Amino acid sequence: MSSLDVERIRGDFPALQRVVNGRPVVFLDSAASAQKPESVLRAMDDIYRGSYANVHRGVYQMAEEATAAFENGRAKVASFIGAPSRDELIFVRNATEAINLVAYSWGRANLRAGDVVVVSHMEHHANVVPWQMLAAERGIELRWLPVTDDFRLDLTNLEATLDGARLLAITAMSNVLGTINDIRPLADAAHAHDALVLVDACQYVPHLRTDVAAWDADFVAFSAHKMLGPSGIGALWARRELLEAMPPFLGGGEMIRDVRLDGFTTNDLPWKFEAGTPAIVEAVGWGAAIDYLEALGMDAVRDHEERLTRYALDALTDRFPQINIYGPQDVSVRGGAISFLFDDIHAHDISQVLDQHAVCVRAGHHCAKPLMRQLGVPATSRASFYIYNTEAEVDALVVALAEAETFFKV
Amino acid sequence: MSSNLEDLYREVILDHYRSPRNRGELEVPPATKTDGFNPLCGDEVTVYLQVDPETDTIVDIKIQGQGCSISQASTSMMSAAVKGQSVDEARKLIRAFKALMSIHEHKLEGESDGSDLASDLEGVRLGDLEALQGVVKFPVRIKCATLSWNTLAQGLDERG
Ligand SMILES: Cc1ncc(COP(=O)(O)O)c(C=O)c1O
Repeated sequence: MSSLDVERIRGDFPALQRVVNGRPVVFLDSAASAQKPESVLRAMDDIYRGSYANVHRGVYQMAEEATAAFENGRAKVASFIGAPSRDELIFVRNATEAINLVAYSWGRANLRAGDVVVVSHMEHHANVVPWQMLAAERGIELRWLPVTDDFRLDLTNLEATLDGARLLAITAMSNVLGTINDIRPLADAAHAHDALVLVDACQYVPHLRTDVAAWDADFVAFSAHKMLGPSGIGALWARRELLEAMPPFLGGGEMIRDVRLDGFTTNDLPWKFEAGTPAIVEAVGWGAAIDYLEALGMDAVRDHEERLTRYALDALTDRFPQINIYGPQDVSVRGGAISFLFDDIHAHDISQVLDQHAVCVRAGHHCAKPLMRQLGVPATSRASFYIYNTEAEVDALVVALAEAETFFKV
Repeated sequence: MSSNLEDLYREVILDHYRSPRNRGELEVPPATKTDGFNPLCGDEVTVYLQVDPETDTIVDIKIQGQGCSISQASTSMMSAAVKGQSVDEARKLIRAFKALMSIHEHKLEGESDGSDLASDLEGVRLGDLEALQGVVKFPVRIKCATLSWNTLAQGLDERG
């Protein structure tokens, strides 16, 4: 029995009613981006139709309504991740921009040649390339935490790797392996070495109750679009002292307190880091997405996904003894992103056959090429689950895979 | 299996995929080595080329790398098609193959009637390669089919 009323939930998602190639769509790609419930679409539509205006500084009713709705979105996002204050929640375009903001602002103000940033082999390119750019520009050193044979973070040399480090930049959940990293002990270890901790929580926040204070993290990055919210908005949460000390990222309107001919002073947090007109309507949509998730309860969400992941891992390995699954078998330490590969069938070919069955999975390197190199594969297929997925959909995946296997059998 | 898929995965494609021709390496030098990447899916291909400078002929070609059935088959067919050909003929074949892959797209976008592309195809015998025509119906897969051809073109250009 699922802890969620999935049939009712599915009814809330217009995109899940679609028929593709004559079959109802089986959407197993929420780790890339999730579908949106009616309530999110309606909240955004309502703002556009009734209360739309630019935010802040407008002394008329519609502008005040838009500002209140926008800031209310911020308050919901901040409280959803246990942020001590909504002033520490900076709206950006997505998790990638959040990490770049830290690399650009904090990194350029604080890191010098030879300073060490520690990342892991299981990072998304979003948490690799900004640091590589700093390495090229500033001569900082990148150190890597490897991944074990059972797809967990290899902490054997953690202490030596953190020695002299200024920052540990680590994912809370791998978008390829599904592996959940236990952030608190990592943060404690990093802090003991006077390093700060940046958490890429892009895959974590949508699926598990998040408490940035309990993590004792310093920076946390995530996106709305993977958690039922719209694309075009994400957030950086960071501790107030850090944000106050950091120089601004982009310059322009909204982020200033005063501008004179000879210079400017910056606005208060969070606006100091929000130059230009923000994603107003998207912030409202994100708030509605959070309302939706909170009504379900994040514990029930996690429970549903854990069960479904168990069911899928068993169904795949029972039916296909030769399948390679890249990720932990223990569902208590993983989320619902399952990467897999058949020895002789390329992930693209699998996806093509699955598409005929209206089964949507992702194929490729999942923006994690360092990890793919470690795994020794060019690409994998990835099925990923969310609140609206069912065991019947896993069964549909298995049927489609069986057909692909027969078709490409060497 | 739907007819759509059968269009994409013609029997000759599956044959080249299952038994790829000209796999292996050549000694560099005298051969040259060129790497190609498909940034979308992470596929990689390496093309080893041995061109006889006297006759300007591709006397040998070997292929390494991983990829989907479309990219593997296209690579295998390419190697068979250009081996023993002059560099000029190989370039003509590259142009013709890329025309085959893009004609449909251009028509869809209404950019041109495809007549420039058609002239690239004129007088070139594609043979087995025509089996890859089904790929154009699956736009994301066109890059799979053209990866090794672009790598070959780069290899020919870089010979100095
Ligand atoms: C672990 C992880 N980090 C970062 C990102 C980047 O997210 P976005 O594209 O929303 O910036 C993703 C999205 O795929 C992800 O899965």
